[in-house]
Amino acid sequence: MNESLYNTLLPGSAHWSLRVRRGMQLRFTDQEGGANLSVLMYNPEMLLERYNAPDSLKGQHTFKLSKGNCLYSDMGRVFASIVEDDFGWHDTVCGTLSEKTLKEKYAVRSYQDCHNQWTLSGEHSFLTELAKYGLTERDMAANLNLFSRVTTDDDGNLVFDASAATPGASITLRFEMDTLVILHTCPHPLNPSEEYPMKPVQIEMRKADPVADDDYCKNFRPENGRAFENNRLYHLGL
Amino acid sequence: MIKESTRQPEQACFREVVAAGDYFIRTIKKGQTVRLLDLEGNQAADTLFYSAEDPAERYSAMDTIREQGNVYLTAGTTLMSNRMNPLLEIVADTCGRHDTLGGACATESNTVRYDLEKRCMHACRDSWMLAVNEHPEFHLAKQDITHNINFFMNVPVTADGGLTFEDGISAPGKYVELTARMDTVILISNCPQLNNPCNGYNPTPIEVLIWND
Repeated sequence: MNESLYNTLLPGSAHWSLRVRRGMQLRFTDQEGGANLSVLMYNPEMLLERYNAPDSLKGQHTFKLSKGNCLYSDMGRVFASIVEDDFGWHDTVCGTLSEKTLKEKYAVRSYQDCHNQWTLSGEHSFLTELAKYGLTERDMAANLNLFSRVTTDDDGNLVFDASAATPGASITLRFEMDTLVILHTCPHPLNPSEEYPMKPVQIEMRKADPVADDDYCKNFRPENGRAFENNRLYHLGL
Repeated sequence: MIKESTRQPEQACFREVVAAGDYFIRTIKKGQTVRLLDLEGNQAADTLFYSAEDPAERYSAMDTIREQGNVYLTAGTTLMSNRMNPLLEIVADTCGRHDTLGGACATESNTVRYDLEKRCMHACRDSWMLAVNEHPEFHLAKQDITHNINFFMNVPVTADGGLTFEDGISAPGKYVELTARMDTVILISNCPQLNNPCNGYNPTPIEVLIWND
């Protein structure tokens, strides 16, 4: 494995953003179990290109995201591939904790009273980070909720599976093009916990190995191979 | 849930047939009811909604399915905005289930799903791109083209987390009806897709009807 280039801890109820270069990989670890890492992605060269959950799901005939899946942009390209995952089922359809739900659900802790222990909503976290790049609520697409497993029953009812929480669970994203990554660690909106969960996520960056012809993600679905071809064309300048 | 309407087409204040491959954009006033009618069956009507007053407030698939706790839309579903306000309510539905997970077709996603050389085949997003540029009065642009509803489309989620595209459960004459809870802009692409069973490989017209009450 390549050397670790950067290692940081994103506390619970926090937000951050970073521009990740093509060929790097990020490993996210839920240290304590029960974390939720919400993610949005944009092309820093063309911010109108962004992570598209419906295209990612229908393109790979899946409702859940795990190892082998690629995270597609709305322009038919791959921002990142899930090259490792020992959690097994990540949500991308439930959205983020709104300010309204935060106030209805939890005893809200203000910054004035609680400083770094304040309780942020996912909505305010995303809006704060997006504004740094000139993006607004109009740009807030369906996000990823890593480390949150939401299943459905035969009638389509959504079930948040709190038992899936695993201390030390990790997922690794390999970036296939330069990507602006917007992150927050606010709770999943369906988390039934009565107390606001404050769960940190470890982030480690390494250089990824080159993508081989027999790469697992690229060959996981025929659609992924065609999306990789679109990336190749993009990097040719087409 | 199957629920029939008592509204009569003759009493509608507006009727228009939308051909496959065309878009439709119009403001629905608060309290008005809009019906989408699948004239020939197995069609897909890719639809977005916006607050007429401020289009930054729009239909949110995530907020809608999470708040109702179910991934399928049918009679009784309240369509929620990204600001967690009710936009419209589905008041009648003779189809029984509509999709909001699968999104719309785009020329770019067609290259991924079918073939790189299908990049020039007509797609819903192209209809919407033309709509936003032909109708600047609605103040819409590409970033407003978000996660839509596919009326009449059947996209079941399996227990092990799969997503399947089934032949439509719609048929000629099936419809869905929605009553607006705020002044709402409706933007439809009547899907031109020729590569999958979402419209039976045969895109057909729909009709839009509006009643004042």
